[in-house]
Amino acid sequence: MSGDRQAEPQIVAENLVKRFGSFVAVDGVSFQVGRGEVLGFLGPNGAGKSTIIRILCGLLRPSSGRALVAGIDVARDPEGVRQCIGYMSQKFSLYRDLSVEENLRFFGGIYRVPNSELPERMRFAISMAGLGGREKALVSTLAGGWQQRLALGCAVLHRPPILFLDEPTSGVEPTSRRRFWDLIHSLAADGVSVLVSTHYMDEAEYCHRAMLINQGRLIAVGSPQELKHSALGGKVLLLECESLGPTLAALAHAPGVLDCSVFGNALHVLVSDAERSLSELPAYLEQQHLRPDRLERIDASLEDVFVQLIAVDSAKQSAAA
Amino acid sequence: MFARIIPIVIKEFLELKRDKWARFRLIVPTLVQMLLFGYAATYEVYHVSTAVLDLDHSQESRELISRFTSNGRFDVVKVAQSQREITEAIDRSDAAVALVIHAGFAELLRKGQNAPLQVIVDGTNSNTALIALGYVGTIAQGFAQDYASDLAERVQGVRGMKQIQVTLEQRPWFNEDLNGRWFFVPGLIGTLTLVIIVNLTAFAIVREREAGTLEQIMVSPIRPAEFILGKTVPFFVVGLGEVALIVAVGILWFQVPFVGNPLVLLLGSALFLLSSLALGLLISTLCLTQQQAFSMNFFLLNPFFILSGFAYPISSMPQLLQWLTYVNPLRYYLVVIRGTFLKGVGLGVLWPPLAAMAAIATVLLTTSILRFRKSLE
Repeated sequence: MSGDRQAEPQIVAENLVKRFGSFVAVDGVSFQVGRGEVLGFLGPNGAGKSTIIRILCGLLRPSSGRALVAGIDVARDPEGVRQCIGYMSQKFSLYRDLSVEENLRFFGGIYRVPNSELPERMRFAISMAGLGGREKALVSTLAGGWQQRLALGCAVLHRPPILFLDEPTSGVEPTSRRRFWDLIHSLAADGVSVLVSTHYMDEAEYCHRAMLINQGRLIAVGSPQELKHSALGGKVLLLECESLGPTLAALAHAPGVLDCSVFGNALHVLVSDAERSLSELPAYLEQQHLRPDRLERIDASLEDVFVQLIAVDSAKQSAAA
Repeated sequence: MFARIIPIVIKEFLELKRDKWARFRLIVPTLVQMLLFGYAATYEVYHVSTAVLDLDHSQESRELISRFTSNGRFDVVKVAQSQREITEAIDRSDAAVALVIHAGFAELLRKGQNAPLQVIVDGTNSNTALIALGYVGTIAQGFAQDYASDLAERVQGVRGMKQIQVTLEQRPWFNEDLNGRWFFVPGLIGTLTLVIIVNLTAFAIVREREAGTLEQIMVSPIRPAEFILGKTVPFFVVGLGEVALIVAVGILWFQVPFVGNPLVLLLGSALFLLSSLALGLLISTLCLTQQQAFSMNFFLLNPFFILSGFAYPISSMPQLLQWLTYVNPLRYYLVVIRGTFLKGVGLGVLWPPLAAMAAIATVLLTTSILRFRKSLE
C-alpha cells in the first residue's frame, strides 16, 4: 500500500534548510508524500514543523534545498502551486464577523470556483463540517471543533489535490479531534495527499506514515507499526513498584537496560533482550533491596518511541554543542 | 482579469456592516469635529480683555477709552490706578491688552503735537496679540483723525484744511464679509476626510495580518493588485459618503455658499479619496502590527494637515517646506474645494491640482501593490 503511494510523489522535499539569522529552524530535511497519503509531522513546539509547511506553501523561501509541490518548484514559482494546494494555518484564519456561508462563498470566490459548482461544493463543506442548519451563523459564535472543520471545508473548497494542515486540531476537544481525523482520511481516500502537523503524539497513529522532527531535523520516519517495532532499538518492559525513584536510579546501571523512564506511576524500561531481562532483572533489583510488584513485556506506544527518540536526540545535540 | 476583486469587496462591506463601532467612528466624530471646528476655529478677535490706566484724566483720554469700550472688540475688565496694577493684570492673564494714557496726553494733543498711547499686549498668543494690535491701531488712528480735523476747524475756523488721505476701497472677492467660517468649513471637508480615510485603511491589511486571515489569503491564487483594489473600492464608497455628509453639514448648517460645479467637486473628491486610501493602504502594507499602524498614522497626519494650507499660509513657509507641500494631496484638494465652493471656478482653472492628485494616487496605489508581497518574509 505504502509502496504504491510512493510511486507518485505529490510533495518532495530535498535537503530543505531554513535559517532565520543565525538560528537554523530547518536543518536538511528530505521526504516525500505520495498521492492519497497522510503524512504526519510530529515533534515538540518549535521543532520546525510550521516552517517546513510554510516553505511548501510558498510563504517562506528555503535558504537552501528544494521543494516540489505537484511537480512545481515552490521557490521558483510560488504562484504556480497556489491553485493545487489547500492550507490551514495554526492560527484560526476564517473571518469571524462573516457567517458560515459568507466565508465559504468568499473562499470560493478567490479560488474562482465556477458558479455552477459552488452551491454543490458549499453543501459538501457544510455537511462535512456538520454545520447543516447553521449556514447563517457568524463564525465567531461557533465552538472550536466546528470552526476547525469549517476551516478545513474552506481549505478544500477548490478541491486541491494537496492539503497542508498545520496543527489543525490544537485546542480542540478529543471527540472533535477524532471526527477531524475521520475527515482527513475520507479526503485521502479520494486521492488527496495530506501533510498534517500535530503536537499530540497519539495522533501519529492516524497517519499512514509519521515523521518525527526535533530541533529542525528529521529523526525518525515510518508507519506507526514500523516506528513502534524498530525505531527504539529495543523492547519495552513495564515495571510497577512502590519506590519509583530508587528503582529508576538502580536500573540506570543494570545490565541489558538501555533506558528507563517514568510513565504515570510505573516505569518503562527499554532493554535489548526482553526474555533475558525478564528473568534477570528481579534478582538484580533484589540485591538492591528493591521489589517490583509487576514486570512484564508491553508493546511500545508511539509516545514511548517519540519520548525516547527526542530525549536521545536532544542529548546528542547538547553533547555536540 | 480582476475577477477576484469582487469577493474581496463583498467581504469588506460585510465586515463593515457587522462592525457597529466602525459605523459609529465614521459618523459621530465627524459631526462633532465639524461642529467644533465650525464654531470654535476662528481667527476673529472679539471681546479682548483689556485693562486701562488713565493717568491724564482729561476729556480727551476718556473719549479715547470710550472708543475702545464701545467697539465690541475690547472688554475693559480693569480700570487700574497704577502701573503696578497693569503689570499684575497682564501677568495673571486677567487682561490680554493694557492701554496706558500718560499724564499730559491732552496737553500735547491741544498743541497739535503727537501724543503717545502706550499699548501692552500679552504676546504669548502671538496671533491674537497681532490682530488685537491691529484693532488698537485702527481705533487710535480714527480718534486722531477726528481730533485733528476737529482741531483744525476750531483753530482756523475753516471746515478742515482739506486733509490728504489715501482711502482704501476694500473689495474682498468671493467672501465679501471675510467670514472666517467660509474659509474653515470647506477646508474641513479635506482634513476630516483625510483623517477618517487614512485611519480606516491603515488598519485594513494589518488587521488581517494580526488575525491570521492574511496568511490564508496569501496561499490563495489572488494577485496583489486584486487584493489591494478589492480593499480600495469599499473604502472609496465609504469616503464618498463621508464627503457628502460633511458637504451637507457645511452647506445646510453653516450656510457656506456653494457657487461652483458639483461635478468638479465630485471629481476632486474622488481623486483625493484615492490618494488618501492609497496612503492608508501603503501604511498598512508597511506595518506588522496595528500598534505600528497607529503610531505611523499619528506621525504622518499632522504634517499633512500643517503643510496643506488649511490653516497656515503656504507662502509664509520656508522654501523646503513649501516643496514638501507639493506631494501633499490635501494641498491640492483644498484648492479644488475652495475654488468650487467660493470662487465657482471650473476645470479650466482647477485642472493642475486635479492632475496632481491623480498622479499622487497612481504612485501611492502602485507602490502599495508592489509593496504587498504574498510572503511572510
